[in-house]
Amino acid sequence: MPSLLEVKGLKAFYGQTQSLYDVGFDIPDGGITTLLGANGAGKTTTLRAICNMVRTEGAIRFAGKDVVGMATEEIVRLRIAHVPEGRGTFTTMTVDENLRIAAYTRRDKAEVAAERDRVFGYFPRLKERIQQQAGTLSGGEQQMLAIARALMLKPRLMLLDEPSFGLAPLIVVEIFRILRRINEEEKVSILLVEQNAALALELASHAYVLETGRVVMSGPSDVVKNDENVRKSYLGY
Amino acid sequence: MEQFLQQLASGLANGAIYACVALALVMIYVSTDHINFAQGEMAMFSTYISWQLMSWGLSFWVAFILAVAISFVFGVLIERIILRPLHNAPLLSVVVVFIGLLAICNSVAGAIWSYLIKEYPSPFPKSSFGIAGVIGPHQLGVVLVTLIVLSLLFVFFRFTPLGLAMRAAAQNPQMARLVGVRVDWMLALGWGLAAAVGAVAGIMVAHIVYLDPNMMGGILLYAFASALVGGIGNPGGAVVGGFIVGVLENMVAFTGNQIEKATGVYIIGNGEKLTVALIIVIFVLTVKPAGLFGRVVVKRV
Repeated sequence: MPSLLEVKGLKAFYGQTQSLYDVGFDIPDGGITTLLGANGAGKTTTLRAICNMVRTEGAIRFAGKDVVGMATEEIVRLRIAHVPEGRGTFTTMTVDENLRIAAYTRRDKAEVAAERDRVFGYFPRLKERIQQQAGTLSGGEQQMLAIARALMLKPRLMLLDEPSFGLAPLIVVEIFRILRRINEEEKVSILLVEQNAALALELASHAYVLETGRVVMSGPSDVVKNDENVRKSYLGY
Repeated sequence: MEQFLQQLASGLANGAIYACVALALVMIYVSTDHINFAQGEMAMFSTYISWQLMSWGLSFWVAFILAVAISFVFGVLIERIILRPLHNAPLLSVVVVFIGLLAICNSVAGAIWSYLIKEYPSPFPKSSFGIAGVIGPHQLGVVLVTLIVLSLLFVFFRFTPLGLAMRAAAQNPQMARLVGVRVDWMLALGWGLAAAVGAVAGIMVAHIVYLDPNMMGGILLYAFASALVGGIGNPGGAVVGGFIVGVLENMVAFTGNQIEKATGVYIIGNGEKLTVALIIVIFVLTVKPAGLFGRVVVKRV
């Protein structure tokens, strides 16, 4: 399978502090890949580096195009949807406005309307709350809104930062089930960052393990799952 | 009663001006957290531009529209050229730049058009406009024009994709970038719109206060008070705040006059209305620090 996203020798800096040293991975077109690692390993930074939200060095190619140094909003327009840590809800806007702003870059009105219906198919609860102020939604609903908003961009690649964060286990299961459907039905490739390694390894076909800004292990999820170190450090058995 | 209505009408007309300038201040504040001290002088400059266009023979409304459009372009350019490089500068540097801008606008206007006070025409016909004894033609016109401008802005921000993108950029710039909004341009557009709204205020008030390079000084102060009363982060609040402050100052003077007439004791009159109005503003802010319609921002530490 051809790679949709290729990352090589990625370094990232917050001011003077370097937080990624040498991160490299490939995301196959149509697949789900996960980045695992402890707090501070550089998972979120890696996602932010892809969208040039931190200072980066190295090579990032998306669909064959070099995106290092491009402005965040231009990278997004290549149809990379980033669902950030903390969900990035526009809290004082309605659910409807949150979805409309996501389609801001698109000119194909008819298709946007169709997309909207499909998104409501995945998240019927959002349709019920369409005129509600987004800040008043529950955490699970806001996560759904964040994913729905990402879908409105008609992404080829979706970057998901801790979608399970702070949510009840049942909601998490529901959201992960929807993510699998989105991957299969919408042909969206997914790069998933997740603290919950067991859950992530179940969803993803490939996994990369980060430690202090470096990739220390990678492979198909089944292999990574059975690695002794991964089991001890991240799966807890 | 007739006098009361007249005072009320004149309060509403002044309030409409304050509302416009306050809205211009708030539009820049919500997207950048900065108060543009030069907003009033920029509006004054715009008013001179319209005066210049009229003296070249254009009709009032053509000059009005052209001046507002030119102000919009100037606003965008000021953001792109002067403020863009200060993106990460400390707050005080930005404040100094605003004050510099204020001084520059003022002295350039003085240099080009002189500091002599000029008369400025009213576009509203005396014969067919206004209600005799209640509201004068210019006052009614000012209120109508402001209401039209404010409604247009409301529709723009509420219903158009660009307006939505500007709100998104103001509220959460990072997330706005992540949905593809060109946030830097949205800031520049915000500056352009603020300058344009300020221009409307300047052109509308010039007939009342006459045209001179210092005409907007007091008005900026009132607008600032209006924005604070309404809640500095709330555009709707700023507009309501403008009308409240405008009516309030006239009511203060009116009450003072009535008391003097009834008892012969002079307590407050026209001279003190600014002071009293500002005292009331301070009082409101001690009771509701976030303004009447503002929201208290709670930050997690």
